[in-house]
Amino acid sequence: MENIYLLSFGEIGLKGENRPFFERILIKRIKQALEGFEGVDVKKTHGRIYVKVVGPQDAVIERLKKVFGIVAISPAVSCDLDIDSIKNAALSAMKEIDYKGKTFKVESRRTNKSFPIKSPEISRIVGAHILKNLKGLSVDVHNPDIEVNVEVREKGFVYCKRFPGPGGLPVGSNGKAVLLLSGGIDSPVAGYMVMKRGVEIEAVYFHSFPFTSDRAKEKVVELCRVLASYSGKIRLHVVNFTEVLKELGEKGPNELLTILMRRMMVRISQEIATKIGAKALITGESIGQVASQTMEALVATNEVARLPIFRPLIGFDKVEIIELAKKIGTYEISIEPYADCCTIFVPEHPKTRPKLSDVHKAEERFDINEFLRMSLEDVEVIEVAPKFH
Amino acid sequence: MRETKEVYLDNSATTRIAKEAVDAMVHAMTVAFGNPSSLHRKGMEAERIINEGRETLASLLGVKAREIYFTSGGTESNNLAIKGVAYARRRYGKHLITTAIEHPSVLEVFRQLEEEGFSVTYLSVDKTGHIKLEELEQALKPETILVSIMYVNNEVGSIQPIEDAINIIAKNKNTLFHVDAVQAFGKISLVPNLRGIHLMSLSAHKIYGPKGVGALYVREGTRIMPLFNGGGQESGLRSGTENVPGIAGFAAAAELVFKNLDSWQAKMRELKERLKTGILSEIPDTVLNGPENGAPHILNVSFLGTKAEVLLHALESHGIYVSTGSACSSNKKGKSHVLAAMGKTAEEIDGAIRFSFSPFLSVEDIDYTLEVLKKEVSVLRKFIRR
Repeated sequence: MENIYLLSFGEIGLKGENRPFFERILIKRIKQALEGFEGVDVKKTHGRIYVKVVGPQDAVIERLKKVFGIVAISPAVSCDLDIDSIKNAALSAMKEIDYKGKTFKVESRRTNKSFPIKSPEISRIVGAHILKNLKGLSVDVHNPDIEVNVEVREKGFVYCKRFPGPGGLPVGSNGKAVLLLSGGIDSPVAGYMVMKRGVEIEAVYFHSFPFTSDRAKEKVVELCRVLASYSGKIRLHVVNFTEVLKELGEKGPNELLTILMRRMMVRISQEIATKIGAKALITGESIGQVASQTMEALVATNEVARLPIFRPLIGFDKVEIIELAKKIGTYEISIEPYADCCTIFVPEHPKTRPKLSDVHKAEERFDINEFLRMSLEDVEVIEVAPKFH
Repeated sequence: MRETKEVYLDNSATTRIAKEAVDAMVHAMTVAFGNPSSLHRKGMEAERIINEGRETLASLLGVKAREIYFTSGGTESNNLAIKGVAYARRRYGKHLITTAIEHPSVLEVFRQLEEEGFSVTYLSVDKTGHIKLEELEQALKPETILVSIMYVNNEVGSIQPIEDAINIIAKNKNTLFHVDAVQAFGKISLVPNLRGIHLMSLSAHKIYGPKGVGALYVREGTRIMPLFNGGGQESGLRSGTENVPGIAGFAAAAELVFKNLDSWQAKMRELKERLKTGILSEIPDTVLNGPENGAPHILNVSFLGTKAEVLLHALESHGIYVSTGSACSSNKKGKSHVLAAMGKTAEEIDGAIRFSFSPFLSVEDIDYTLEVLKKEVSVLRKFIRR
């Protein structure tokens, strides 16, 4: 008899032929997420993964809750495949929780048909054993406080608690994309949402010292650390954007500055994406949130993109984004006040309905290829390790 | 990043600790490391360091050793002085007076006291950052229990008329006088006689001592309420095991600055004048914030058409370290309350940089700073001012 964690994975179970691929990646991610714990052993059975690990239950579950692909986490007792062992395992699982004065029922699942006792019978036997041995419990089959789950697979498993996982697909199962990460509230959330669909991300940050301080950069690294807790290490590309920004600021029409900046950022990110084999860009844009995110502005930004731009927040309200940012743990970092270049360089009267022809005309003054060359020459790549709070 | 040399012009935020202070601290941490309250020899060694530190500060200030209480720094000294008086003397009246340009560790305390039912008069200042004595005179009432005025303003370096204020306040028997001298102590010559001041806050790290230690001068016979309850250290006014290394470092630093006070003042004033004249005469659209003279170590100038934070980082890339407004408020959204109280325009406040000096800077450092300023200000103006 030993204590393990039984994990169920919903969606990837549906993937048919590809299933071993997804499972392999999920197992790899689980091992990564448990780095630093002793005695980690991850095994797969049909439809379940079970994990052996030494360490406090809260901490282990906290880590597993951040592995995309996991639907539920149950701390369980595993045992040999005979009814006496299962009965003992059930008692042991019950003793882990507070059962005094509560109602319970036993729910059994027998996927291993070579086991001679059928599910209803298992439930009855185990239930009777619990009632006989533990005081202060009564049975309620319709609305129990505690559901004792018995699973009969190549071994027996008993568990009484289930924690929801994050769902989604394991990171790395759906290619790679580049996240345009500012210090703000939106972009980390956008990154989270695409990662949740199994996409590995590398982040790009546009550093514009002295217009943005080194503290602003530190803040972006901190945001990456939080995102990395869901995905494993993230590579952060810090592009030195100062010279481009200076020229745009000096020679460009003020009211189009933000659009010109964003078009350059997309172009630069795209080059980085191509270099690292990423197939798409991700931004935190949401229609109409600020002047640079009106329909016309989005069209102008989008025009320079060869790769698809994923905008998972496009239909979200700010309050919804904030709620998600709080949930994933990036909000508190995002609201630290070190200005990013967007806030310092915001023109007083930005064009909310920029015409493409005006944008094209404004860009004629600049050597875009030279901008690209300059920016790509000066990129610092930081490997950001996860931070678990 | 290009970093040719380092010119530290942020000495009002904090200073680099002096070697004399470090040596005293190392001794206190490694040799005389006992708890001053312990009965054995190790405890006595530590206690001796505190007593000597107290005597050093007292003699430098010309007060009695038992009038010096060690704290964790300027913020605690200000809190202890103001709350200590307000709570101990509320039966004599609930009116308090301070100025609009105090440090947050004073202003925020008064704001809290207002919420607790005290009434507070905030004295205004003129264009150069000085209070008006008539306004102080008019504000004083029989039920005024405390006046708190800073000696030197940390953002613009204006020196308040403390001596005159003493004479005015002395007419009111009920009124105690607290002076936040954090930016004055060890930088300028203080009033010759401290007897007219009841409480005065000091900090170590502004005078080449360590962070985390300060003191409050409490004139004999002045009763105030402690903030902390506990083992009764510092005559019951400040419980908690004393920061012996901090106190050792504080005393050593204070000795050093007082030994050199005249020459250091002169040196800093020369450097400040040089930079001030250079900026105002060679960089167009610059405005001096604060008095023509003022404290020798603080110079505040607005570079119109720039954003101070951007200019700060531009200087940083040349190894020059300055502040916008004051270090404590530069991370907050609000504009400098000091410059606002002086009636400065939004553009002046946006472009205000504080240079604060130490005697360890050279004329070359100042000339280098001026050259960099000329270049960076004109670069920034090209695209920030539109």
